[in-house]
Amino acid sequence: MNFETIIGLEVHVELKTHSKIFCGCSTEFGAPPNTHTCSVCLGHPGVLPVLNKQAVDFAMRAAMALNCEITTDTKFDRKNYFYPDNPKAYQISQFDKPIGEHGYIEIEVGGRRKRIGITRLHLEEDAGKLTHTEEGSLVDFNRVGTPLIEIVSEPDMRTPEEAYAYLEKLKAIMQYTGVSDCKMEEGSLRCDANLSLRPYGQEMFGTKTELKNLNSFSYVQKGLEFEQVRQERVLLTGGVIGQETRRFDEATKETILMRVKEGSDDYRYFPEPDLVKLHIDDAWKEKVRTEIPELPDARKERYINEFGIPAYDATVLTQTKSIADFFENTIQAGADSKQAGNWLMGEVSAYLNNENKEIEDVPLTSESLAKMIQLIEKGTLSSKLAKKVFKELITTGGDPEKIVQEKGLVQISDEGALKDIIIPLLDANNQSIIDYKNGKDRALGFLVGQVMKLTKGQANPPMVNKIILEEMEKR
Amino acid sequence: MVLFDESYKALQDRLHSKDLSVTELIDEVYENIEKIDGSIHAFLTLNEEVAHEQARALDAESGQAHKALFGLPVGVKDNIVTKGLKTTAASQILANFEPLYDATVVERIQDQQGIVIGKLNMDEFAMGSSNENSSFYTTRNPWDLNRVPGGSSGGSAAAVAARMVPFSLGSDTGGSIRQPAAFCGVVGMKPTYGRVSRSGLIAFASSLDQIGPLTTTVENNAHLLQAICGVDPQDSTSAAIDVPDFTKALTGEVRGLRIAVPKEYLDEGISEGVSLAVKKAIAQLESLGAFVEEVSLPHSKYAVATYYLLASSEASANLARFDGVRYGMRIEADNLVDMYKQTRSEGFGAEVKRRIMLGTFMLSSGYHDAYYQKAQKVRTLIKRDFEKIFENFDVVIGPTTHTTAFKLREKIDNPLAMYANDILTIPVNLAGLPAISVPCGLAEGLPVGLQIIGKPFDEATVYRTAHAYEQTVNFKLAPSLEGVNA
Repeated sequence: MNFETIIGLEVHVELKTHSKIFCGCSTEFGAPPNTHTCSVCLGHPGVLPVLNKQAVDFAMRAAMALNCEITTDTKFDRKNYFYPDNPKAYQISQFDKPIGEHGYIEIEVGGRRKRIGITRLHLEEDAGKLTHTEEGSLVDFNRVGTPLIEIVSEPDMRTPEEAYAYLEKLKAIMQYTGVSDCKMEEGSLRCDANLSLRPYGQEMFGTKTELKNLNSFSYVQKGLEFEQVRQERVLLTGGVIGQETRRFDEATKETILMRVKEGSDDYRYFPEPDLVKLHIDDAWKEKVRTEIPELPDARKERYINEFGIPAYDATVLTQTKSIADFFENTIQAGADSKQAGNWLMGEVSAYLNNENKEIEDVPLTSESLAKMIQLIEKGTLSSKLAKKVFKELITTGGDPEKIVQEKGLVQISDEGALKDIIIPLLDANNQSIIDYKNGKDRALGFLVGQVMKLTKGQANPPMVNKIILEEMEKR
Repeated sequence: MVLFDESYKALQDRLHSKDLSVTELIDEVYENIEKIDGSIHAFLTLNEEVAHEQARALDAESGQAHKALFGLPVGVKDNIVTKGLKTTAASQILANFEPLYDATVVERIQDQQGIVIGKLNMDEFAMGSSNENSSFYTTRNPWDLNRVPGGSSGGSAAAVAARMVPFSLGSDTGGSIRQPAAFCGVVGMKPTYGRVSRSGLIAFASSLDQIGPLTTTVENNAHLLQAICGVDPQDSTSAAIDVPDFTKALTGEVRGLRIAVPKEYLDEGISEGVSLAVKKAIAQLESLGAFVEEVSLPHSKYAVATYYLLASSEASANLARFDGVRYGMRIEADNLVDMYKQTRSEGFGAEVKRRIMLGTFMLSSGYHDAYYQKAQKVRTLIKRDFEKIFENFDVVIGPTTHTTAFKLREKIDNPLAMYANDILTIPVNLAGLPAISVPCGLAEGLPVGLQIIGKPFDEATVYRTAHAYEQTVNFKLAPSLEGVNA
């Protein structure tokens, strides 16, 4: 690369208030089209917006969690544009007085920490959803008026991986604060990315392009990777980067020109006269501040100190609030922290990835996982058989102890019972004893294997080893 | 109609004692409209069936306490939405529009047992001063059918002046209640911004619009405002300020009242007849013991320019929703942008389009600071002019308009002359103050309006002053309705 890459992100996050930002309609996702609408959100003549205080609280909470300063005297503005998803032909947004400014997020890429600045966070209303069909375009106004925060980063990212890490962290923080589900597939988190190149050492930014249709974090990364290479090729062949909007194509993993921007769009912003100015006093700010729960970085530190787990494990376990909560509950239910961590990062995570599911979607509970881990520790369940039990727990659920009993998976650790199996086996395999004594270690493996076979895997392997050695010694 | 020259109290006494049934009253209203409105054209839509039903229900009611507007007929300007009753704002773009809900003021009238008689004509989207911008037909002035009733609440003023209804609601953005009230010889009140909920008022300029009553008398006016005003959770700009009993202010007493008369309001632009009538009225108040002094509103000369910048800017956004997508008129076209263009080109009248273009231009980047921002600053200066005067005075008094009602088509081709028409009423909207126009005699046979402006939320003093003046003069101003087909 001959150029330095400059990346800035604009992220829209839907707030999970019960009702819309300016009317009483429900914000529930997935309802039949145009059933969560009223005169207000449909922009009928004469309607007026009434601000939902919870949306302001959530926006403040999000802004505080992103280390923003909260604006004391703020207001709403009208952003004017015609489009069928925008019933009033203006969106109520915030122009020059965003609710939060000057924040930052800490990310970690390749073991290096970096601070990414947040320029601003403002509150606005979401638009409707358009579906284009052969016969024409359809519009669903259920989403219109859902409270939305727009989070604009500083152009502080230098690689697509940093952009990915920023998004992961931003999502984690939003989920931890409880203001949003951040489900990209439901549109409750949406991202546009800006990328430009400049020769190393140059201060002035190059012309940027804006990428849209980025429907997952990895598409953001892939789109930026493609765009970075494309821009470099253009520049190296003497071309000029146009100020344009490009669409990421999921099939080809390329970015495709959507439209060329000539200057900036003129939205003719002006203060929304239907709403009064919003004064956020210190008492209000303090109240919201107390509602912010422990955030991922703090939790990570605590896991390292309190549970003594490695920093890497702590990072992985705190990436999503649901996994972190599950982890803590598993320890609470009596599991060893290291074991709980290993299971969650290993088997659980593999299963969820494979099935494309969230931890909330499976029958496994922190109690059942803890119980299973305890059975392993007690020696009742071997690690090998534990995998069978786990499969049962995560697919259909249940009590690990019962599963172990019912399926006959209890480990045989009774010395007498094992001797009853081992002694006749040795009697019948004299050659193996001779081989072993002649230095062929493989013979021991064979004998242990025979015991496991005879017990259908239930024998406690270390004990089997020990007894065979003792018994061979006697002969 | 003689009935409506009776006071609120006299009419209520007759209805309560069942000397007059609500049905009889409502029947008479519609009979009268039938007789007169063919010449006046004040109504766009009648609510006859529902009104009769409500009248019957009220007549059947016995033993229950009557509410404040029991059985009283109210006409409603057609930019105030009425559930299931066609509401057009006198525009083709909403020619067949039936709202899904009632405006807060309509709900309150119904809560107080008042009866909505029908919807009143106006300038399209309340943009105009003559009613000639109605896309349906022009309302005539009952005093002279060749003259305009004023605007934009021309239908509301004419219907009351012609005694078709005793009460009506109008809306006032730059004088749209007071100017037609003056032209038609009725009492019209623009309350303080925030006194009456705007929920359900089809917005023209949100920071200026205010709904208010038009009536034959000050007393009637106070009763109707009492019923409709007060904070509304549906309107964030409605004020959570206690509402006094306005009728308690109607004492006839103005001794010691401090009246400011701005010299700018009685300068050379005022017609002789209007000047004479207004000066006489001020002298009358002085003779009742009020203290009168000339003052200056130095920034009022910028009011018209400021108003047209701000009101048009807000209007350009407020009227953008009429896009043919969800309701109202749609002209089909091959693509979305053409559908928008054709629908809005055909759906809006010339004056509305002029203001949308003006407002869009003002808000455009590069012009926003020079026009919109600057106009906001001048608005503050105009507001301060009033604040300064109100440190030493209780009310500001002057004429409502420069002239009496002008002739039809006299100014229609000259928008600037038409805009200048509102120079005396506009500063009040920019400052958010309450102001009334009360008839103060005739000039060459046409009514003259006296404008009384009060402190914010002090409608009571405005009413007290208007009422005291009205009582001592005691002329019954009603048009002869000559030339009206009876």
